[in-house]
Amino acid sequence: MTLNQSGWRPEMGGAAQAEAATYTGNRALMLEEALIFELGDCQTTGVDIAPAPKVASRLGGLERTRDIGLPGLSEPETVRHYTRLSRQNYAIDLGLFPLGSCTMKHNPRLNEKVARMPGFADVHPLQPQATVQGALAVIDELAHWLITLTGMKAVAMSPKAGAHGELCGILAIKAALEARGEDRPVILVPESAHGTNPATAAFAGFRVESIPATPEGRVDFAALTARLGPDVAAVMITNPNTCGLFERDLKRISDAVHAAGGYVYCDGANFNAIVGRVRPGDLGVDAMHINLHKTFSTPHGGGGPGSGPVVLSEALAPFAPIPHVVRHADGHFHLVEEETAGAELPNSFGRMTAFHGQMGMYTRALSYILSHGADGLRQVAEDAVLNANYVLRQLEGVLDAPFAGSGPCMHEALFSDANLAEGFSTLDIAKGLIDEGYHPMTVYFPLVVHGAMLIEPTETESKAALDQFIGALRSVALRAKQGDPALKSAPHFAPRRRLDETLAARRPVLVWSPPALAEAAE
Amino acid sequence: MTRYFTDEHEWIEVNGNEAVVGITDYAQSQLGDIVFVEIPAVGTNVTKGGDAAVVESVKAASDVYAPVSGTVTTGNDALNDDPSLVNSDPEGEGWFFRLTLEDPSQLDGLMDAAAYKAFVAAL
Repeated sequence: MTLNQSGWRPEMGGAAQAEAATYTGNRALMLEEALIFELGDCQTTGVDIAPAPKVASRLGGLERTRDIGLPGLSEPETVRHYTRLSRQNYAIDLGLFPLGSCTMKHNPRLNEKVARMPGFADVHPLQPQATVQGALAVIDELAHWLITLTGMKAVAMSPKAGAHGELCGILAIKAALEARGEDRPVILVPESAHGTNPATAAFAGFRVESIPATPEGRVDFAALTARLGPDVAAVMITNPNTCGLFERDLKRISDAVHAAGGYVYCDGANFNAIVGRVRPGDLGVDAMHINLHKTFSTPHGGGGPGSGPVVLSEALAPFAPIPHVVRHADGHFHLVEEETAGAELPNSFGRMTAFHGQMGMYTRALSYILSHGADGLRQVAEDAVLNANYVLRQLEGVLDAPFAGSGPCMHEALFSDANLAEGFSTLDIAKGLIDEGYHPMTVYFPLVVHGAMLIEPTETESKAALDQFIGALRSVALRAKQGDPALKSAPHFAPRRRLDETLAARRPVLVWSPPALAEAAE
Repeated sequence: MTRYFTDEHEWIEVNGNEAVVGITDYAQSQLGDIVFVEIPAVGTNVTKGGDAAVVESVKAASDVYAPVSGTVTTGNDALNDDPSLVNSDPEGEGWFFRLTLEDPSQLDGLMDAAAYKAFVAAL
């Protein structure tokens, strides 16, 4: 016979495997990746370009004479670098993303397919309007849905994100006050509002005054009405608010604000909790932004793009910004811009963006709306609220839930750091969740709760996914209550261990320099 | 020299018509690691109870109110380089700014050290 001695003798190895170190620092598919400046070299290049011909400079001595200092990498090196980094990232496509106030829900792939259709994806904002009638129809159809869902009079589609939408609404209020010839310098912002609200009011030139929250986490109606007067331009209310509660008094508040001559701005970032159930127009709201990237599931995170159309009441509609899409009886569309605004929208406060808004977000949002239908959108809100309440009730026995007695929560559940062991904090729980394979929840916001943990599970998580997350958080929370010292040094299994956030904030290093130079600068 | 305290956790040490302002040890312990302090510019007129400075920790920014009205004469530039002074020595090296008093009678409603200690103990 032939003795084919392959040498294969499978063994399972002994103990101490966990201690094994590797030459590269990699741990199988957990790859230790260097910075791109450390990978590439200023002496190498990924692309061969012939040296530029010597010509007489016409830059008057302003031309760069030093090296630009960018690393040279080949295409495969570049692709591998970013692919390796992406494997260390967390994403909604990897798992539940409980970041409260951010609405990290699944982005249906149907939306992506529609947004990539060449008729939408390849249009240019400067094309003749006759050649983009379909795109204008999408904007108009989406506008119709937003107006209908909110019970408002008009919508400004162009704002690029939530805070931009806030600015749009406040500028419309400012224009309306100017048209009335009134000087009202103050905007009231309750403690339970989003942090961008006071920033928006201040940016628009108003003085911000804070209105306290009640012990149950809602706007203090008596304190708010006591402050109303001829100097108050508007009240900015987040509803549902950032404690995850519905502002039950909003209609009463609106009536009082209107009686005092002011306007009501509603931060609609959390509209996903009430869409199809509540029309803000019925509650007396004058302006509200809608985050298409949250309520209507267009992708976000990592800085954008967002889209924040603003619905406006009858009182504010005349002051809406341009451009504005108009539908004619014969079915064609045209854009009201500077050339015709004087005749068609004479009181418009002007333009906020160079072009017409985030076309890719419009197609995704309309795709989401049409595929869900009115009944489906209502179920979105109901399931978002149901999931958040499931999280709240499953965990209120382990973590302190300061507003658990304020009735059901809306789309997010809020916990505090009360009852943890001495020396343990919300930060330890967040780091422990990283080891459990989850992106942490929103921490230390809202400020009205000490050591806040804000969890927004969204409607797209199954009960099984929620149960696993709840089990993980309960386990970490119990370790924090029992004072497990291992939790203080979590995360143990992430690509990097606990980072010194204080040092990073006090001495930020924002520009890479070669290690030798960095040491010399110390 | 007399040191007074506010119920918003600022201290003010008065010497004639001049005063030094900072935040209390209790305040820094509640805020945690301070990473940035915004000091009012010299010449700024501050109003009793109004915003005078901003102090940032890793997770939040807080306003510091003027204990009394007056005009800022000096800011503590050392805090630009080392905001941790507010944590390590809040009622000494971690002072925020000096000002000239507009109306010394505004000091009347403030607490002395013993009263502030009792105030904090009750929180």
